[in-house]
Amino acid sequence: MLDDFLFRAALAGIGVALAAGPLGGFVVWRRMAYFGDATSHAALLGVALALALSGPVFIGVLAVSLATALMVSRLSETGLPADTGLGVIAHGALAFGLVAVSAIPGRQGDLTAWLFGDILAVTRGDLVIVWAGAAGVLALLAWRWQGLLTATVNPDLARAAGLDPRRETLVLTLALALTVAVAIKVVGALLIVALLLIPAGAARPLSRSPEAMAAGAAAIGAAATLLGLGMSLRLDTPAGPSIVCAAAVIFALTHGARALRRT
Amino acid sequence: MSLIEARGLTLAYRRETVLSDVTFAIDRGEIVTVVGPNGSGKTSLVKALIGAVQPVSGKVARTPGLRIGYVPQRLHTDGTLPLTVRRFLSLPHRVGSEEAETALAEAGVPGLGPRALAELSGGQLQRVLLARALIGRPDLLILDEPTQGLDQPGQAAFYQRVEAVRDTTGAAVLLVSHDLHVVMSASDRVLCLNGHVCCEGRPEVVASAPEYRALFGTGTHGALALYRHDHDHGHDHGHGHHDHGNAHDDPAEPRRLNG
Repeated sequence: MLDDFLFRAALAGIGVALAAGPLGGFVVWRRMAYFGDATSHAALLGVALALALSGPVFIGVLAVSLATALMVSRLSETGLPADTGLGVIAHGALAFGLVAVSAIPGRQGDLTAWLFGDILAVTRGDLVIVWAGAAGVLALLAWRWQGLLTATVNPDLARAAGLDPRRETLVLTLALALTVAVAIKVVGALLIVALLLIPAGAARPLSRSPEAMAAGAAAIGAAATLLGLGMSLRLDTPAGPSIVCAAAVIFALTHGARALRRT
Repeated sequence: MSLIEARGLTLAYRRETVLSDVTFAIDRGEIVTVVGPNGSGKTSLVKALIGAVQPVSGKVARTPGLRIGYVPQRLHTDGTLPLTVRRFLSLPHRVGSEEAETALAEAGVPGLGPRALAELSGGQLQRVLLARALIGRPDLLILDEPTQGLDQPGQAAFYQRVEAVRDTTGAAVLLVSHDLHVVMSASDRVLCLNGHVCCEGRPEVVASAPEYRALFGTGTHGALALYRHDHDHGHDHGHGHHDHGNAHDDPAEPRRLNG
C-alpha cells in the first residue's frame, strides 16, 4: 500500500496532524500564532541553506527554525514590542528565504513546493522523518505536560511550585521547530501555522479539558487531511491548501454549532 | 529558624532599583502583612520570595523543604483554555478528588470542582486560587493582593477565611495589600514598604507611625474600626487595646473610607 502515493500522502498528513494538534493547543492558549509564523517562515531560509550546501532539507529547516525560534523567544523576554518585532522577523525571514531559494540555480521551480507543500510527492523516507518527528514532538509534550500547562496558566504559579517557566517555553520552542521541519513538506512554509491553529481552535467548543482539546485537535487535523486529499483528488486542487480549507470548514462548523446551542 | 528570611534584599526592574535593603523574616504560624502604595515594590518582593526574580544584592533564605502556597495577584483566565476548577487544582501535581474537595471546602467554595475556571466570579476565583495554594499543606501561604476586585464585605470575608486557614493548618501567611484597613486585624505584624521598609511592627503600632501616616494619611481609621467591629464578633485573638479602633463604639460616627 505504501506504493500508492495517495496512501503515503494521507499517512504523512495524519502524522503531522497528530503532532500539530496538541502543540497547536499551546499555540492558541499562549497566543503564539505570530511566533509560529516567524518560525515557519524562517524555514524557507533553512531550505535555501540545505539546497546550497546539498544537505538534507529536514536538517536545514530544523536548524534555521530552531535558531529563529530561540532568537524570537529571547527577544520576547527582553520585552520588545512583540507584535511588531515578530512581524518583522516573520516576514523578513520569508522574504530572505524567497530570495535565497531563487538565487540557487535551477531551483526556482521548487519554490511553490516549499511554500505550499508537496504532500503528493512524499517518499517513504519522508514518511519516516514525519512520523519520527511527530513522535518526538508528542513525547516532549507528554513529558512536560503538567509543567507546560501550569506555566501557561500562570508563570508565577509555576515558579512558586519550583518549576522554571523558561524551560517550559524552551520545550515548546523545540517542539515547534520540529513540527515546522516535518510539516513543510506537507503543507509548506506558508500554511504550517494553519495546521497548528485551526484544528486546536476547532476543537475548543467540543472540549472540557486541555487533554480533550489536544486529542480533539489531533483528530480534527487528521480528518481535515483526509477530507483535503479527497477534495484535491476530485477537484484537482492543490493538496496542502485543500487540507487547510477542510480544517477551516470544520472550525466554522464547530463554532457555528456552539453559537446555535447558545441561542 | 524562620520559615523564610530576606537579608539586605535589593531588587531592580530594568536596572531601576525598586526595593532596597529589605531585611525581614516570617516565622511559623505568623500572619505578616506587607502594605505600601502602588509601585512600592510589594509585588517585586513577593516575586523574589518565590524565586521568580533574582535579587541584585542580598539573599532570600528558606528553611529546607519549605512548601509555599502562592496566590497570584491576578489569574488571567480566558476562554481559549478549557480548564475546570478540579483540573486546575491538579496543576502542577495531580491530586486525588478527596484532597481537592477538602481544599475547596477549606477555602470556602465546596463543590465548585466541575465548574469552568473562566466562568467563575471574582470572589469564587480568588477562593479557588486559595484552595489551590492550600493543596500540599504549605508551610507558608503567599497572597499577593488577593482581594482585588472584591467588594469590602467580600474582602473581609476572604481575610477571615485566610485567618481561619492559619488557625486550622498552622501555615504562616504573607499578605500583600494596599488597603491596610481591611487586612489589619488579621495581621500579627505589618511591614510598610515604599521602596524600602518604612516601618514595621504590630498593626496598631504601624498605623500610628508617622511614616505610615505620611504614606496613607490618617483617614482610614474609621474603616479599620469597621472591620474590627465585624471581626470582634467572630473570633477575638486578643490583639490587645488599640488607640484608633474606637470609632465603631460611637453610633453617630459616619463610616469613613478616605477621611
